[in-house]
Amino acid sequence: MEIKEKVISIGDTVLEMRGIKKHFPGVIANDNIDFQLKAGEIQALLGENGAGKTTLMNILYGLYKQDEGEIFIKGQKVDINTPKHAIELGIGMVHQHFMLVDVFSVLENVVLGLKELKLKIPKKRISKKLEEFSKVYGLKIDSKAKVWQLSAGEKQRVEIIKALYRGAEILILDEPTSVLAESEINSFFEMLKRMANDGKSIIFISHKLREVLSVSDRITILRKGKVQGTLRTSETNKQELTQLMVGKEIISRFDKTPLKKGKVILDVQNLKIFNVKGIEALKGVSFKISEGEIFGIVGIAGNGQKELLEAITGLRKVNSGEIYMNKEKITNKSPRIINKKNVAHIPEDRIEMGIVPNMDVSENLILKNYNQVPFVKDIYKGRIRLLQNYEEISRFSQKLVEGYDIITPNINTPVKTLSGGNIQRLILARELSSNPSLIIASHPTYGLDISATEFIRSLLLNEREKGAAILLVSEDLNEAISLSDRVAVIFEGKIVKIFEAEGADLQEIGLMMIGENNLISNGGFNSADKNI
Amino acid sequence: MESILLEIGEIINLAILAGTAILIATLGEIFTERSGILNLGVEGMMIMGAITAYVMTYLTHNPWLGIIMAMIIGMLFSLIHAFISITLKGNQIVSGLALTMIGLGISAVIGKFYDESTVSLTVKEYSFSLIAIPFLSDIPILGPAFFIGDPIVFIGITSSIILWYFLFKTKFGLTIRAVGENPIVADTLGINVYLVRYLCVMIGGSLAGLAGAHLTIAYTSSWIEGITKGKGWIAIGLTIFAIWNPLRALIGSYLFGLIDILQYRLQPYGIAPNILAMFPYIFTITALIIATSKQRKKTPTALGIPYIRGEKE
Amino acid sequence: MEVLILQIKIYKSLFIEYEKRQQITSEESVKYKLISLFVAFFIMGIIFAALQVNPFIALGSIFSFSLFNPNGFAAVLTRMIPLLLCGVGLAIAYKALFWNIGAEGQLLLGAIIAIGIGVFVPGIPDPLLLPMILLMGFLLGAVWGIVPTLLKLRLNINEVITTLMLNYIAINLVRYLIYGPWKGPYNFPLSDLLPAVAWEPLIPGTSIYVISLILALIFALGSYFLLFKTTIGYEIRVVGENIQAAKYAGINYKKTILITMIISGGLAGLAGAGLMTGVQHRLTNPEAISPGYGYTAIIVAWLGGLNPISIIFASLFMSILIVGGQNIQILLGLPFGVVNIFNGVILAVIIAFEFLKKYKIKFVINRDVIDTESELNKSINLKA
Repeated sequence: MEIKEKVISIGDTVLEMRGIKKHFPGVIANDNIDFQLKAGEIQALLGENGAGKTTLMNILYGLYKQDEGEIFIKGQKVDINTPKHAIELGIGMVHQHFMLVDVFSVLENVVLGLKELKLKIPKKRISKKLEEFSKVYGLKIDSKAKVWQLSAGEKQRVEIIKALYRGAEILILDEPTSVLAESEINSFFEMLKRMANDGKSIIFISHKLREVLSVSDRITILRKGKVQGTLRTSETNKQELTQLMVGKEIISRFDKTPLKKGKVILDVQNLKIFNVKGIEALKGVSFKISEGEIFGIVGIAGNGQKELLEAITGLRKVNSGEIYMNKEKITNKSPRIINKKNVAHIPEDRIEMGIVPNMDVSENLILKNYNQVPFVKDIYKGRIRLLQNYEEISRFSQKLVEGYDIITPNINTPVKTLSGGNIQRLILARELSSNPSLIIASHPTYGLDISATEFIRSLLLNEREKGAAILLVSEDLNEAISLSDRVAVIFEGKIVKIFEAEGADLQEIGLMMIGENNLISNGGFNSADKNI
Repeated sequence: MESILLEIGEIINLAILAGTAILIATLGEIFTERSGILNLGVEGMMIMGAITAYVMTYLTHNPWLGIIMAMIIGMLFSLIHAFISITLKGNQIVSGLALTMIGLGISAVIGKFYDESTVSLTVKEYSFSLIAIPFLSDIPILGPAFFIGDPIVFIGITSSIILWYFLFKTKFGLTIRAVGENPIVADTLGINVYLVRYLCVMIGGSLAGLAGAHLTIAYTSSWIEGITKGKGWIAIGLTIFAIWNPLRALIGSYLFGLIDILQYRLQPYGIAPNILAMFPYIFTITALIIATSKQRKKTPTALGIPYIRGEKE
Repeated sequence: MEVLILQIKIYKSLFIEYEKRQQITSEESVKYKLISLFVAFFIMGIIFAALQVNPFIALGSIFSFSLFNPNGFAAVLTRMIPLLLCGVGLAIAYKALFWNIGAEGQLLLGAIIAIGIGVFVPGIPDPLLLPMILLMGFLLGAVWGIVPTLLKLRLNINEVITTLMLNYIAINLVRYLIYGPWKGPYNFPLSDLLPAVAWEPLIPGTSIYVISLILALIFALGSYFLLFKTTIGYEIRVVGENIQAAKYAGINYKKTILITMIISGGLAGLAGAGLMTGVQHRLTNPEAISPGYGYTAIIVAWLGGLNPISIIFASLFMSILIVGGQNIQILLGLPFGVVNIFNGVILAVIIAFEFLKKYKIKFVINRDVIDTESELNKSINLKA
């Protein structure tokens, strides 16, 4: 459908989204959202993870279809079904994970799929046009370079050029500065401003207050799928924004028995890890977790949590630092060895890491110790471990299915047919059944319904009572703070602060999570809060 | 000295002739795999092309009709593979194997009806003969080496160059390569991944058919059951060796042709013919070993993985 | 004209959407397999008709001979032995996602060593000769299977091609031997006969060679036991399902694949040795030793759903087709290639119908699912 060419001047409304509702199984991602964008403005979409920002933009870009609600471009109602359609309507999006063909050159990526192109690719003409972009907007790029050789910042520029080349008037940028180095950010903002002056409209998804305040004209804050407000940047400040982002909820406390701390189980010392891109993901993290306590780590995704957990569970090598479990060094040891030390791991990525989809419930329940007695028949004092003991396996599985309330027709049902909540129960059953001394739980209740969520939380509290040491990584601040005894805030690979969960201030934590800890007014929490 | 050079020229020419069928089949498979589909049915499509060309030439006395029908039959066969692999998301390896079996079976059956010596005589009369390109073939030594051959030989060489240009210099080639590398990105930009793959598989199939035709109405004028002797499989191996580049396929295929005729050249030296017959297959394995270090970076990333919009495979 | 354009517009945007099935019961699975077999028979019927043969007579004759004629049934059991052995071996390899296409070559290597030991190695005591031959057949088949495995594990070379190339090399090796150093008396391309003491006993009145038959059944049951009742089998299945989970469980991927291929190649080698001790007793043309057992076994493995017990029946079934097919070749004057076509069609149809197990298909226009006519009209209006 063609949008009739309407003359748009800076300040006119170029995009309007009305009453957008979108739900996924178990969660309402967008709850009746209204959003307007003016020509020539940079508007920020601010919110925590899971607030619904990316979902809303994916709807605009045609990757999802909204359940309810309408979209108007230049005053005309549109139905955006595919990204191609969105592009035709003048919308371009730069995702967090780049949509580029690595082995192609910049130029090839820019022109891929363009209809107007004739048989032979007119490389010279296109290079010239790319140079124009570079002059006008400051988008410097070498059109001949292969994408896999480029830095993240350069790849981002390619994505922007791709969108502009296709005539994007509305540009959506999803956490664009997450891939940029400090030094690149200013020139990036310069470029955005130039584009805005040229009449382009930019939607800037971010959780970084400082940047949002410095580059945007207006800010829309989302929390839990609802719009909390749309403010003019010049008329607001960090405190107000944080409040809107994080909310003023009272943390619901769970019934926790008093803390009975035992000896130190996990000791992480000055861990430094470089990730695949060569950036330091962990910049010297240290903490200790003792028996009987739940230690929560909160932070926006991508600040080093993944790398930290992978290091502790043996899936990733560290560059420096040590990890001790019960005073034994487990740094860089294999997952099998770490498993044997009675460490339970509840992974974030359930299906890929946690289970074998086509095997049945019972076989999945014994994944970690399938070749241990009693799951193998005890021949020759356990020296020959060949025959699986299916009676024992069945008995064990039956017990777990009942104990953990796993809803399944029987223990021989293929695991892939179970719902997400039941798969999580299965994983928990498997991991917790060995009475672990250390439990590493990564986003354990993500995407689950209420009953599953409560069940899992009570399980963790139960283990805590039994004396396990628990490392909990969660994006649900409420959950993390109410379950944990102590909480650490992680930001850009460093632990900002560790403090008692009791009496913790959500606002302050929220600020710390986005790196604004210098805003904390009375400067003192307990400065007696050392890294214990 | 001169006679040695003449001998070399002759060997080169024979190598080119021997390697042409493999070349064309390899070019087809390169095309298919570049779009992300693995076609293991090349052997079956090739031999179907062989028998089709043979029979058509016998019936119509026109070898050009022979190769056209061979290409059509190859294309129809590959359409089945495309349907199973792309639309039904079936296991590409087994699907290709099945088509090879079917192709071998049908060609054998058809061959039985036409396997009389009279048929062979007719085909011999009408099949492609060697032609010498004017002027170019008069160049001393190089001329007879490179510029004498049957029409399919030259189709092969030109196809190689055309396909290279197509794949790397045109927008369609860009599209195909994008589909094979990152179908999600291609889909997002509005490219019809399924259609592109269908077309590439069909082109691959028709080239396999053409390759087979070369065996029965150009290189030889006869039909033997199983005449391809695994050349289709070797072509699949050579696609990897060629690093999915049509120009490198030239080198690999003609090298193979060299090894192939070496069998006969070395016979007088007392090496058992059956040991010599192993050379092409050993060569293929060796080629794969050599190619592996470069392979990892250059394999079309989405090769062999069915594409479903919106689903993580 | 407008209607035509509209129709084209609809077809252009028409595509099939897939909904992954949540689960499938084993009854449904068998049902789909039977459906695919019927479709395969239907297609074969058409091919028979094209060859000017009454399809019903042809298909009927295949089964009547194989099942109701005592000679036919005996031949079926004879043919079944190598199919069963190779089929089970392939099933194990495929379970681990190792695409062993080299059963044919592994089989031939087993045959070669059988003659090598039986005819050319002196000094083996009589009672040990047969067991020795069969054991060496297994080992050589395993060796022939390990070579491509190592190439894959060390250098990541595609196993489909390497196993296949080794097939051709094996074929030429056999030819070399029978035309060369192992050529027997009278200048025919045949090796000498195995000593009689190494000949397997037959069921009287038939050509069914007993020892290999028993071994085949034992190995089938044993493989089932291995895959589903032992730790090694558990590891094989996990490796073939989800490498991440395998790593997490601490399973050694390389060791597992190696064990898998030793068994896979070994069983095919055993089949080859058995063909020597039980059928031909001498090395002859590769085509005469094995009319493609290694390839037909691929179909057997798939038809049996990679389950060794089902493969017993699948190999029986394929053997029925082969024997029956050979019979109608003579009876109706059909070329033998017909059986090959049949094999290929069955395999293709099985694969094609596998998608039914995994996906439910829906037809949609641009993501709006067509449920009722009104939906259809709505979509048409949008498009226009």
